[in-house]
Amino acid sequence: MALTAPFLALIAKILSGTNVRWIDSQPDTCQRVYFANHTSHLDALVLWSCLPRDVRAVTRAVAARDYWEGGPVRRHIAKSFNVLLIDRENIKVHQSPVEMMIREIGQRYSLIVFPEGGRTTGEDMGEFKSGLYYLAKKRPDLELVPVYMENLNRVLPRGEVLPVPLLSCITFGPPIWLEKGEPKANFLVRARQAVRRLKDV
Amino acid sequence: MTHLSGWPWAILPQLIAAAEPAAAPAATVPAPSSTQIFWLLGVVIGLLAIAYAVSVLLKRYPEGTLNPALVERFIHRIRIWWIMCAILVAGFLLGRVATVILFGAVSFWSLREFITTTPTRRGDHRTLFWVFFGFTPLQYVLVGISRDLYGLYSIMIPVYAFLYIPARIAFAGDPKRFLERSAKIQAGLFICVYALSFAPALLHLPLTRLDGAPWGRDSHLANAGLLFYLILLTQLADMFQHLWSRLLGRRVIAPEVSATRTWEGFLGGVTSTTLIGALLWWATPFRFWEAACMSMIVAVTAFAGNMVMSAIKRDRGVADFGTLVQGHPGVLDRIDSICFAAPVFYHLTRYFFSALA
Repeated sequence: MALTAPFLALIAKILSGTNVRWIDSQPDTCQRVYFANHTSHLDALVLWSCLPRDVRAVTRAVAARDYWEGGPVRRHIAKSFNVLLIDRENIKVHQSPVEMMIREIGQRYSLIVFPEGGRTTGEDMGEFKSGLYYLAKKRPDLELVPVYMENLNRVLPRGEVLPVPLLSCITFGPPIWLEKGEPKANFLVRARQAVRRLKDV
Repeated sequence: MTHLSGWPWAILPQLIAAAEPAAAPAATVPAPSSTQIFWLLGVVIGLLAIAYAVSVLLKRYPEGTLNPALVERFIHRIRIWWIMCAILVAGFLLGRVATVILFGAVSFWSLREFITTTPTRRGDHRTLFWVFFGFTPLQYVLVGISRDLYGLYSIMIPVYAFLYIPARIAFAGDPKRFLERSAKIQAGLFICVYALSFAPALLHLPLTRLDGAPWGRDSHLANAGLLFYLILLTQLADMFQHLWSRLLGRRVIAPEVSATRTWEGFLGGVTSTTLIGALLWWATPFRFWEAACMSMIVAVTAFAGNMVMSAIKRDRGVADFGTLVQGHPGVLDRIDSICFAAPVFYHLTRYFFSALA
């Protein structure tokens, strides 16, 4: 199991030929939430493998339980990457995903989230779900780092199993925080724009 | 050779050789031993070392006296040449199959750059998968196995892959810009894989003189030397073309395709490359004038390759292949000239300077 993660990370890196850019931002082991656009199954894996080793050790991707528990292979992968699995289907009041994330990360871990909820097929990003807002509200100390992932939908689009090894690009942007008293809708629009802006830098 | 004598090219080198007594001493040069190949290699590595030293000095130059972007490009180019040299030397040492594998990897990487720059649609996904993991390795496996498979590897891509690609896209059921999408994938496969595979295919030709006398005692080293000669010429053609364009360039050939390539650069580049190629005749099965002809053809085809790839890049609105965002030129930007020169050089060598003609 200790071997699976570095091995898969290497494979994902080779397959996606990722060019990593940090724009006005630096890799750091401080507690962060990386939020990115979501177009491919590879997203979480590639984003995770593009982080430096020490950052990787304290970073966990958030993913849907229904998908990642659908078979022994996926379950093994989720386990070896220490993925934080959340229920999309039956959300209870005391078991809300945000509560669970906050409980799981404690004072140590960073998170990778995809606030669009599901993978988008089109060129344009979907609207952000409110989870990011509640996360930021309950833990205002977390740095929210926008990440734009380009071309991964061409490497492994929705519904495909076999990847095409094109080159992709991951851009990390400057962190944002929730402003005091900022309304939910405004914050989510701002967060979405922070990701989208990275497309053109 | 007789069955080809109707073709003007067949008699041209002989005519030139006959008309020029100065070329006669070349005929007496013995078949090359490995030392001659190593001489060629030594000279090139020596020149590269000098170029490297110059680049280190340029970096130390006070700011403002030199265009830093130019210095940067120069340094990058030298690094690429070192890498090319290393790949070829590795090929020399490890043998033919290793060289074929190395070229296969280069093909794979440049195809990936080509397709990344080309817009494809969801419906092309599975076609692309087989292009990358089926046809590309298969072409190099065929080239690697034996020269007897020439009949297969010279048509596998232009016939079978080219039929497969549109068929598979049609089955995927997306008719939008159908012909354009098929053609783009075909072009990528053709330039990056098929054309380039003829460079390592040189390694299995049983080389002879024009008159059919066997050439090259140590077969692999002699062929590896010829491959080295080809790649050296394409790079020289590139370099001289830039140099002459910069020194004398006035008439731009096609401003919208490339703003820097001029007729002066083209002619100067072809002339200089021809001269140097001819002077290096002793490392090849060619005599002086034959080497001049071959070098001229390499220089012209290399230039054509540059122009074609420039046109593709301008059409896509990118400065370079390779990285999605601006950055260093990619692999494909470096090998475009080799891609166009390799098949032509291979076939001329095969027909006139090998026992397979």
